[in-house]
Amino acid sequence: MAGCKPQAAPVAAGKKIKVAIDPVTRIEGHLKVEVEVKDGVVVDARIFGGMYRGFEQILIGRDPRDASQITQRICGVCPTAHATASALALDDAFKVKLTKNGRIARNLILGANFLQSHILHFYHLAALDYVNGPDVAPFIPRYAKNDIRVPKDINDVAVGQYLEALEMRKICHEMVALLGGKMPHVQGIVVGGTTEIPTREALNAYAERFKIVKKFILEKYIPIVYLLAGPYGDLLKTGGGYQNCVAWGVFPMDDAGNTLLKRGVFTDGKDYAVDPALIKEFVKYSYFDDSTTGLNPSEGRTVPAPYKEGAYSFIKSPRYNGKPHQAGPLARMWVTNPELSKIGQEKLGVKKMRDIGDAAFSILGRHVARAEETAMVADAVEQWLAEAQPGKETFVPAPIPDSGEGLGLTEAPRGCLLHYIDIKDQKIANYQVTSATIWNANPMDDMGQRGPMEQALIGVPVPDPENPVNVGRLIRSFDP
Amino acid sequence: MKNEQTLPDKQQKKLGISRRGFLKTITGTAAGIGMSQVFNPALVSALEKALEHHPVLWIQGQGCTGCSVSLLNSVDPSIADVLLKVISLQFHPTIMASEGKTALENLYKIAEEYKGKFSLAVEGAIPMAAGGKYCIVGELDHKEITMADMVKDLGNKAGSVLAVGTCAAYGGIPAAEGNVTGATGVMKFFKYYGIKTPVVNIPGCPPHPDWIVGSIAHLLTKGLPELDSDGRPTIFFGENIHDNCPHLDEYDAGEMSEKLSDAKGCRMDLGCKGPDTYADCYKRKWNSGMNWCVDNAVCIGCVEPGFPDGSSPFYEPA
Repeated sequence: MAGCKPQAAPVAAGKKIKVAIDPVTRIEGHLKVEVEVKDGVVVDARIFGGMYRGFEQILIGRDPRDASQITQRICGVCPTAHATASALALDDAFKVKLTKNGRIARNLILGANFLQSHILHFYHLAALDYVNGPDVAPFIPRYAKNDIRVPKDINDVAVGQYLEALEMRKICHEMVALLGGKMPHVQGIVVGGTTEIPTREALNAYAERFKIVKKFILEKYIPIVYLLAGPYGDLLKTGGGYQNCVAWGVFPMDDAGNTLLKRGVFTDGKDYAVDPALIKEFVKYSYFDDSTTGLNPSEGRTVPAPYKEGAYSFIKSPRYNGKPHQAGPLARMWVTNPELSKIGQEKLGVKKMRDIGDAAFSILGRHVARAEETAMVADAVEQWLAEAQPGKETFVPAPIPDSGEGLGLTEAPRGCLLHYIDIKDQKIANYQVTSATIWNANPMDDMGQRGPMEQALIGVPVPDPENPVNVGRLIRSFDP
Repeated sequence: MKNEQTLPDKQQKKLGISRRGFLKTITGTAAGIGMSQVFNPALVSALEKALEHHPVLWIQGQGCTGCSVSLLNSVDPSIADVLLKVISLQFHPTIMASEGKTALENLYKIAEEYKGKFSLAVEGAIPMAAGGKYCIVGELDHKEITMADMVKDLGNKAGSVLAVGTCAAYGGIPAAEGNVTGATGVMKFFKYYGIKTPVVNIPGCPPHPDWIVGSIAHLLTKGLPELDSDGRPTIFFGENIHDNCPHLDEYDAGEMSEKLSDAKGCRMDLGCKGPDTYADCYKRKWNSGMNWCVDNAVCIGCVEPGFPDGSSPFYEPA
């Protein structure tokens, strides 16, 4: 391996070398990253989205109600979020208003999967960047020098928690299934609400499981994230990228639509209200026809051009008001700016999310934001459980409109999610999805601005190009 | 690995778990589920056999990772046991520690060393249009590897192939009408390229974890399970949902659900595709037995070769 070869000696000062990782693993989907390293830090970066399935094309001509089933299959980690975004777009197009119990049941389904996804992400996708798994497959092979800095006792604790977290995320899925039918891919979220009126027994079974998960979150997950901030403290100072955030808001807390995690945009240091008309998707460096560049999703078209010269990704480049923005727990927590957990306040010595300052925009900052958000969602789940009414209707039937448009704005665990539907003759005439990873992992746009993940890679230390550990750490901090 | 010490032996040694103790755990817990009535003895010896020369290489094409996530919901054996003790999962993009070159070199090394013996699990469809460019799964020596390249290469070397999920089995949603990627399931792909390696389809969007673990267990103990004309193990996909549905009596009595949130009544008028669907969801149920599609809403026929076009529109009677 690298350690035995003379090439592994430090690279000459001022010399640029290219490092590629393909596949980037422990993510959902297919990504490649290519960075240019000079004097031990990344000076240029490209993220390649290597897969296209064509959901937006497949949806055209179908019964609009099918969209919430089909679009869930975009992501098996966050299908409930796609179901929610799709149902919101359909609610809008069908002009249907949910019952209170329908709103709460949707929150309980989506909320349980937020907990599932964040636990899965930290332990099963990201943690192996910070601790060593057992010395068996699939935890080996690993980089010859993988920069693991925790002592053995902490490593052992973390591996124990890795296994326990497998159980926890499974329990979260049981909670989803109690109201949503099954998971992955729920039947329960549909236009007009949810399909299963919660019984007292189902709510009790949900609550019983939730208690176990919440204990794990508070006693294990959050503490270990802060524990890692010790040996990996330098990762709070790198990987920030653009400090621009988009958050569409999620978990309606009342019938007026006020959400637990707020809707808002943060651009160049200022807060703005969201105007969906300011979202445009660019395709100069994407494998899509150039005639489709710069369109708002409501007029969006998806025309793949796999042989396009100069393109390097199947991901479009969405921009808000012409600028790249990051999405995800960090963006949401930054926009919402809630008080941190007790342990967070203690460890960081600050009270609210924005008090963390620039350090929030970093590799570790994203993990901190995600953990803090998990605690916040868990508190809200408790509230929804108290508000849910056994036996009360959760579903409002509504006929398919002859024509109409609908916009669904919500958040997946990994960031903001937009679904747009245009119905003509009771069929889908156009359907556009702009998901979190599209916001984060996109290529350069027509104006020459890098995508947020590409930009966040600039300046990340890669002292040993044979073992580019920090590159993977940075990418996974976004939870693509 | 050159000598005859097996991968899982090494795993056990490193974990400090005795085989006897481990098998006892598995038989104890497996007794708790329906699958065990058929599989309990098989499962035990499956494990013993799996503890020999049988690494599993799991690759992903045009999918959503939902099948892998579903596998993580395995109860008996638990996924921790599956990962650490039951199978030697040498490659899995969502779970493995390694990435890039390290991961791919290991993949091809294991495939060579265990040629004709390893099981290849395929998740997601294989796009055949545009030279396979719609799904790039990695690169070695500055050369892109498409999903089609990888399935061709590893499919020829594998002892058996598990097509996990409806996408890998039949094309699934990526192959639905309107797609431009030429998305294809494994069997059709193999036929096209003349690859003779036996394939077991484990459809479902996603498949139940028991269907995946149970099929692996069968494959390892008794070889290929009995398959239906669509290449699915009859043990899991041999029964009609509607004929076995708890709402069948209501159907016979003409009691039909009128809206999606009705707890009672047969769901056929709401679009339930149970009558055209063969799977044991009605008794196995999902997520540790919490619920299943028909009790919650309707069956959309996700295990069938025609899914989704064959059962769409989902909320209209067939």
